[in-house]
Amino acid sequence: MNQNWTDVCDLHEIVPDTGVCALVRGEQVALFRPAGDDQVYALGNYDPIGGANVLARGLIAQVGARLTVASPLYKQHFCLHSGQCLERDDVAVPVYPVRLSNGRLAVGPARRAERRDDAA
Amino acid sequence: MGQRIPLQEQPDTTAPIRVVVVGNGMVGHHFIDQLTAQAETGQVVVTSVGEESRLAYDRVHLTDYFTHRRVDDLMMAADEDYQRLGVTAHLNQKVIAVDRAARTLTTDGGLVLPYDILVLATGSSPFVPPIEGRDRQHCFVYRTIEDLQAITHAAEGARSGTVIGGGLLGLEAAKAVRDLGLATRVVEFAPRLMAAQVDDDGGALLREKISDLGVEVLTGKATRCIEDGEQYRHRLRFDDGDTVDTDLVIFSAGIRPRDELARAAGLALGDPGGVLIDDHCRTSDPRIYAIGECAHWQGRCFGLVAPGYAQAKVAVDHLLGGDARFQGADLSTKLKLMGVDVASIGDAHGVTPQARRYTYSNPREGVYKKLVVSADHRRLLGAVLVGDATDYGTLQQYCLNAMTLPDQPESLILPALKGAAPGPTALPDSAQICSCHDVSKAAIRAAVADGAGSVAAVKDATRAGTGCGGCVPLLTGVVNEALEARGVEVSKDLCEHFPYSRQELFHLVRVGGIRGFAELLEKHGRGHGCEICKPTAASIFASCWNEYVLDDAHVPLQDTNDLFLGNMQKDGTYSVVPRVPAGEITPDKLIVLGEIARDFGLYTKITGAQRVDLFGAPVESLPAIWRRLVDAGFETGHAYGKSLRTVKSCVGDTWCRYGVDDSVGLAVALEHRYKGLRSPHKLKFAVSGCTRECAEAQSKDIGVIATENGWNLYVCGNGGMKPRHGDLFASDLDREQLIRVIDRLLMFYIRTADRLQRTSVWLGQLEGGVDYLRAVILDDSLGIGDELEADMARTLSGYRCEWARTLDDPEKLKRFRHFINDEGGDDHPRYVRERGQRRPARANERDGGAVIAS
Repeated sequence: MNQNWTDVCDLHEIVPDTGVCALVRGEQVALFRPAGDDQVYALGNYDPIGGANVLARGLIAQVGARLTVASPLYKQHFCLHSGQCLERDDVAVPVYPVRLSNGRLAVGPARRAERRDDAA
Repeated sequence: MGQRIPLQEQPDTTAPIRVVVVGNGMVGHHFIDQLTAQAETGQVVVTSVGEESRLAYDRVHLTDYFTHRRVDDLMMAADEDYQRLGVTAHLNQKVIAVDRAARTLTTDGGLVLPYDILVLATGSSPFVPPIEGRDRQHCFVYRTIEDLQAITHAAEGARSGTVIGGGLLGLEAAKAVRDLGLATRVVEFAPRLMAAQVDDDGGALLREKISDLGVEVLTGKATRCIEDGEQYRHRLRFDDGDTVDTDLVIFSAGIRPRDELARAAGLALGDPGGVLIDDHCRTSDPRIYAIGECAHWQGRCFGLVAPGYAQAKVAVDHLLGGDARFQGADLSTKLKLMGVDVASIGDAHGVTPQARRYTYSNPREGVYKKLVVSADHRRLLGAVLVGDATDYGTLQQYCLNAMTLPDQPESLILPALKGAAPGPTALPDSAQICSCHDVSKAAIRAAVADGAGSVAAVKDATRAGTGCGGCVPLLTGVVNEALEARGVEVSKDLCEHFPYSRQELFHLVRVGGIRGFAELLEKHGRGHGCEICKPTAASIFASCWNEYVLDDAHVPLQDTNDLFLGNMQKDGTYSVVPRVPAGEITPDKLIVLGEIARDFGLYTKITGAQRVDLFGAPVESLPAIWRRLVDAGFETGHAYGKSLRTVKSCVGDTWCRYGVDDSVGLAVALEHRYKGLRSPHKLKFAVSGCTRECAEAQSKDIGVIATENGWNLYVCGNGGMKPRHGDLFASDLDREQLIRVIDRLLMFYIRTADRLQRTSVWLGQLEGGVDYLRAVILDDSLGIGDELEADMARTLSGYRCEWARTLDDPEKLKRFRHFINDEGGDDHPRYVRERGQRRPARANERDGGAVIAS
């Protein structure tokens, strides 16, 4: 089980309310630390609409009840929980589980992107 | 109603009607589009025959081809759509005969097509006057994409082009010739330009404006013959004996209906030409309709697309069993010719008996307006606008809907009295908003009621605004009004987290001394914030307090461009733009730029703002690149920021023999003064050293032009997507006065503008317009002049180059890497070499293996 988690960085290395990119088993993973709590979210760093590895450099944006990241290229929103693109039903990015222990962050294997987190 | 042969005479009423449309131009295509949309399944089988090599394209915007050179951008009809609709299209086939007895037609390619209903949409052909030598090489007409391609070809190696005909299309052609870089001349037979649309005074102003643009205008000239030139390919000889030499000739002397097919088939023709039609657009043969430019109705043919579309609609309705009638068409026209607005509405010449005229003429601003009203001054019959056509929509509505004019009709065209114009609320439901697609206000309200919740959705649903586009401002007003009437709030709130406009938020920050986002959110907002409010707040903080943008508190608020102090490009890399104040650079610094670009493999391009853009820097290389730039004496150029970009300049009296003042010196001083100033949107300045205006200052937010008596200040100009000439704001200023006025004006803009609102739009929405702005800034009518200057001084005093500061801070430099846990970079970008440099591979190149490396 343990070999599935990759140690990445200290929590305090991420400025609150921003994102960073980590290299996890050869994949680019965007980690986001919204302000106000110590929960960290992880999505694939690749923006499938813009076609570039940039999501970690987007702004964290609240849309209605959801926390999202707005792509720095064309501003589509990707849900931090589900990876779903809010503007395009047919687009989603992978989601990774994140574990925080003793101030260190570790990233687990990707959950496949779900089409719609609220679909049956 | 008359006999309706097509439906009733079908022996087998269940068999589909075979409709053949001759001509696949805009009107023929519109007919097919409407017919297939309205007919029931199996009711019609449509065949289209066209002599051109492609399906219908947008001839109204033909001249745009010279700008984009993409045929696809002009196409209106598509093969796939026709296939889906079951329409058979035969291209490159000219119909040469119609056998009305057998109900067949024959093409020059040998096709024989049977029909039940025939629709002639053969359009028109350019009229070429019977001048000796008109068939010479390099003499063209201006109608098809092929014509434009031939003209482009002939322009290579040519120096001069002449358009014969100074009407609407002739001036379009002249623009094209000028855009091709040729010395341009227009020769018109009538005594003025655009004789059909404007009157003598309007024509004179138009001529002046077009001459100012470097186009030579000859009026009252009849061309007798074209012969060999000496220095140029041709020589035009006029009836009065004068001659001019030119390399290519474009005939644009009007159009003639293509009625030869109808003539050969024995159909009744109009005088002087055109296929005679009744109110149902039917010819003298009840099985044959004619629509568009080839049709002759009540004494005339129509050369515009809107009447053609209206006729297509009537013909479709009639052949499907309706009783629609063509009732003539609005011939109002609005267009921009080489940047000059020209509009003509209704009875522009005042030929209605006892018509009265109101005119307004302003030679300084180059504006001419005329209203033609009824004898009792209550109805608008027509209008001419030259130089400023912003009143077009309003006036057209008065004219089309026979609305009662205000007691002082002149209030509609006099600048000081404007504001009397009725909003969309005043228009009746029957008001035609879009005349290209004949969409009424009622239809737009119905679309909103059916759920169209934006201007874009209404355009999709009704097609309004998708023809010439001239009605879009009015359309927007009607849509917003309809939305508001339905209780849809057209909110001015910044976003869901702040129930305030940017202006209100600015005030709250400044008065409350708020310096951080968390505090702002706590006091005046809700939730976590988003990509709209965060950068807006960052910009307001910077305008008010000018703190370092990469302070930890501000980092989460910055768009990626501000965060990495570069402009993100499509592959996720950044571009680097060092400041080159006023575009003046020493050879040594230019060499440094070249060396850095070479060493880091950066694609290099000179920008329109007189500096050098270096593309393709991955995030982790930015500090090393900037280390070298800063060491060589460069500062950040803020190309990434909503802030001052550059102050462009001409060389002025430093070298130029016409320069009257030191434009470079002033531009350098202004650029250093305002660099780093954060604002609602980017700011561009320019300084010209004389009225020749080589720095194009009138297209900038702040434009300064030297005169013998001091500096003239122009404000709120814009280039780009929505060009606007700046307003002359103050004249003959010395340098100190100039800077005080700019300080006040910019700080007032920063305080009051909306997010991402350029100065040109801001001024447009400022109640009272430029006169109000003059009162506030020059006369200090609000008593805030000193405060604005003090705010500006405080903000500017906090300036320090963001890159120099970042390089001094090892903590900040940690952000400049791609991975937080690895030294490597992004391996996704791929590049291709082109013209000696590398650029991102396009998708097909990535797939096709043309790629060089990451």
